[in-house]
Amino acid sequence: MINSEEKIIQKPKNPRSPQIKLHEKSLSRTMIFVVFISLVLITGYTLTHLDTAGVKVNVAFRELAMTLNQMFLQPNAGTDGVPLLLQALASSVMLSILTTIIGAVFGFLFAVLASKNLTNAYLGAGIRVVMAIVRAIPTIIWALIFSIVCGLGSTAAILGLSFHSIAYLTKAYSESIEGIDKSTIESLKVTGAKFWVIVFQAIWPTIVASFVSWTFIRLEINFANAIAVGAAAGAGGIGYQLFVVSGMSFDFHETGFIVYLVILVTFVLEFIAVKIRQFYLNR
Amino acid sequence: MMQSPTKYLAHKGWHQTAVIAIIGGIYVFGSWALDFNNLNGLIAVPKAFAWLGINFKPTANSMTYLPRIWQKLIQTVLLAISSTVVAAFVAIFVALLGSKVTGVNAFVQTIVRGIASFFRNIPLVAWSMILLFAFKQSDFTGFLALLLMSVGYLIRAFMEIIEDEASETMLALKATGASYFQVIFQAVLPQILPSILSWILYMIENNVRDATLVGILTGTGIGFIFDIYYKSFRFDAAGMTVLAIIIVVIALETISNQIRRVIL
Repeated sequence: MINSEEKIIQKPKNPRSPQIKLHEKSLSRTMIFVVFISLVLITGYTLTHLDTAGVKVNVAFRELAMTLNQMFLQPNAGTDGVPLLLQALASSVMLSILTTIIGAVFGFLFAVLASKNLTNAYLGAGIRVVMAIVRAIPTIIWALIFSIVCGLGSTAAILGLSFHSIAYLTKAYSESIEGIDKSTIESLKVTGAKFWVIVFQAIWPTIVASFVSWTFIRLEINFANAIAVGAAAGAGGIGYQLFVVSGMSFDFHETGFIVYLVILVTFVLEFIAVKIRQFYLNR
Repeated sequence: MMQSPTKYLAHKGWHQTAVIAIIGGIYVFGSWALDFNNLNGLIAVPKAFAWLGINFKPTANSMTYLPRIWQKLIQTVLLAISSTVVAAFVAIFVALLGSKVTGVNAFVQTIVRGIASFFRNIPLVAWSMILLFAFKQSDFTGFLALLLMSVGYLIRAFMEIIEDEASETMLALKATGASYFQVIFQAVLPQILPSILSWILYMIENNVRDATLVGILTGTGIGFIFDIYYKSFRFDAAGMTVLAIIIVVIALETISNQIRRVIL
């Protein structure tokens, strides 16, 4: 009797709650994990195999600190003088504005022709492939290529910067255009509206805000590129001055002055971009 | 105030004409100021491509350059990746300190924003030349130049990601009484990880392109080798280099797009 009673009253088992899954196992999580690990491994490998050309790193850092001190705490206009530097700066700004305008006009035309919801698939695909190739070649190489044909100077710089801008903006604009609801375009086609009427009366008003945003982003990129092209392809402007003072005459006070000028311009560009974007978004 | 449709359209037309006139005016003035002859420029484009077709065409000889180009290109890609990863590691902590959602206080936020935009706007040319002066012609110079540039960009990008995606999470978890570090490591970081990875991939692509410029200036990687071939008129080898850059950049772009499609 007693035995059977013992059997009936079972010992309570350890309360075990079901395992709560904190994270759903998914392809996305695995992918993130794998990519991060591989990036970290590649970084580890690269940093341990880095060629420092026998430079003593601590000495070099001390030298760098000295240079930075000269640049940022004691800037002056150096031998070139303020008027010359301002003139060079103005020509770099002009270069970036000019190439952005060219990029925006051609970029919009190509974007319209390349957008999946507007044109036939083959033309669109063709333009996208060409633009991807143009984009893959760095701006500086475009500028060097054109400088053989046109000679060193502004024409090569303008063409080089424009090429990359057109390809970049084509992609950016066509992504905005492809965001437009297909029914808008369909309903206009039904009314018998011509292609360019649809583009300028329906598409343009819809994307104008993002068009302006992307154009100003490109303007900032183009200003940076104008400096790079000036320095590495000898195309003039503030970039060339920067290259000469920091790489040939080693006047780091003047380098600092030029860097401050450049930063000032980028702040102004950013400010204008924010204002114009607000204007178009609030309309 | 309601306007009649005709009046509205007339106003709109006037506005558009004014904008086009201003932009056109800037263009004409710019062409004049830079001494840019539009017609010559236009003619130069087909000429340039004809020239490319003749001179950049790889010859049988240019195959011998391939191993060296390939080695430099791989080295450049590795530098671009490692500088981006190190920059991202620094940037995520700085962004956590500086974002409006997770930041310490208004003072620190302003400082972080200032530093980020300062680093971002110093031209890559200036970084390259200063670092070249201190670190001489070595891979480390290229690495540091790309690193310093990327840090500025990534801090801004990460701060925007945190503010866009994690502000509600932050509030919700704070309400449960979780501590600051619990919220950051258990909720905010895991949530923003996909966007952060997407930005890292973008930055890697960008750094491979920028590495060309840094290479030309500091004598490292693929930029250096292109510069050598180009300046010694070995155009078939230069063409080969450009071709290799195109292939690698497009391959990177495709891989990142595939990864993005899975994680986002």
